[in-house]
Amino acid sequence: MSAYRKALFDPFFNDNPIALQTLGICSALAITTKLETAVVMSLAVTLVTACSSLAVSLVRNTLPSSIRILGQMTIIASLVILADQFLQAFVYDISKQLSVFVGLIITNCIVLGRTEGFAMKNPPGLSFVDGIGNGLGYSFVLVVVAVFRELLGSGKLFGVTVLPLTTEGGWYTANGLFLLAPSAFILIALFIWALRTCKPEQVED
Amino acid sequence: MSQDSTLRTFQVATGICLVCSLFVSTAAVMLAPRQGENKRLDRIKNVLMAGHLEEAGKSAGQIYRERVEDRWVNLTTGDFVPDDQLADLPDPNEFDIKAMMMDSFHGEDIPADEDIARIKRRPKNMVVYVVKEGQRLQQVILPIYGKGLWSTLYGFLALKDDMRTVSGIAFYEHKETPGLGGEVDNAGWKASWRDKLALSEEGSVVIEVIKGRVDPESEQAHRQIDGLSGATITTRGVDQLVKYWLGEYGFGPFLKRLREER
Repeated sequence: MSAYRKALFDPFFNDNPIALQTLGICSALAITTKLETAVVMSLAVTLVTACSSLAVSLVRNTLPSSIRILGQMTIIASLVILADQFLQAFVYDISKQLSVFVGLIITNCIVLGRTEGFAMKNPPGLSFVDGIGNGLGYSFVLVVVAVFRELLGSGKLFGVTVLPLTTEGGWYTANGLFLLAPSAFILIALFIWALRTCKPEQVED
Repeated sequence: MSQDSTLRTFQVATGICLVCSLFVSTAAVMLAPRQGENKRLDRIKNVLMAGHLEEAGKSAGQIYRERVEDRWVNLTTGDFVPDDQLADLPDPNEFDIKAMMMDSFHGEDIPADEDIARIKRRPKNMVVYVVKEGQRLQQVILPIYGKGLWSTLYGFLALKDDMRTVSGIAFYEHKETPGLGGEVDNAGWKASWRDKLALSEEGSVVIEVIKGRVDPESEQAHRQIDGLSGATITTRGVDQLVKYWLGEYGFGPFLKRLREER
């Protein structure tokens, strides 16, 4: 059981895909201007990572090593298209905002990183949990970054006004920097700094 | 047979591809009607938003059915497309600007010197949305599009019954920077378009989106819109696209006809 627990919870702080493995930064910059898009993107990535880890683990013993990566990419790409199709059918507004970034989950290194690094060597159940764990570890950073960006950049959370903006008659002057991609770099860097101060063993030489 | 033999590799690859393609195509086919309906509803919502036609407690589809008439207009002549020619055109519900402007039959090139919205091509016929109160024309909602900074903005511009005053504007698709050019979606900014004068009595375009804020004391304030701060190029793009579509190479002939028929 402890292997499962480790697979599920380690990616939050001990082995966070963004903070320690520095994977998936690209999408973390692009879709964190709003909490809503960040949450939907998180769910999509978590599901895709978990399901592709499961599928890859199921075929791991039949997959010839020469087409190992091709096989994994085919599975991942198919699952991403599925996720995109479902988003377009059920949460159209959000899928419009996520636009190209859903498709880009295919190139999110977390997914391939987990299938190649974990699912190829472990049984399906454990791989599935590892996928969920890593998806949630990614989601955790995304949501934290999105909370700061939406709050400081547009004075809202989930589209609900928290800090009334001066442009709409309130007192808070929105900080436009937080709506631009560099702010996510800064926030992620602060997150990594905080994490490595608490867990000095993560510091690289 | 060894796991890494060539035959075996081909078998596994084919198997994986077949299973994956089965999943993907099933999902695409099963979900297509729902996605199409979403797109249609999204467009309807934006038409209603541009025309300030939303009502609490009524679904967008219902208001649309009750109040809005969608009709094809020939851009060159400015006429509604007569019934006997409608067979060549898709259902107004299926109006897809992007597909039609690129089509060799439905689309046409815009001469470079007229193309101030920088869109290169346009459909020969476009769907306009007519709102009537009884027999009286109350509003007309025009589809508009043009280049911003990163992307082409697609939206609707609604004119009041005099065919000269703006009722509202809404963009339903663009990829401008959130918080800067993306503020074309800002409710306050969109509301500032209301009641601005778009066309002079002679029908020339007078509305403009200026850089910076409109001076409320200015004599020109009734035909000027605030620029979006930090988004000079998007602002200019919106200015140009509105000028293009209201102008003589856009819906100008159509609007002129409607004004004369009034």
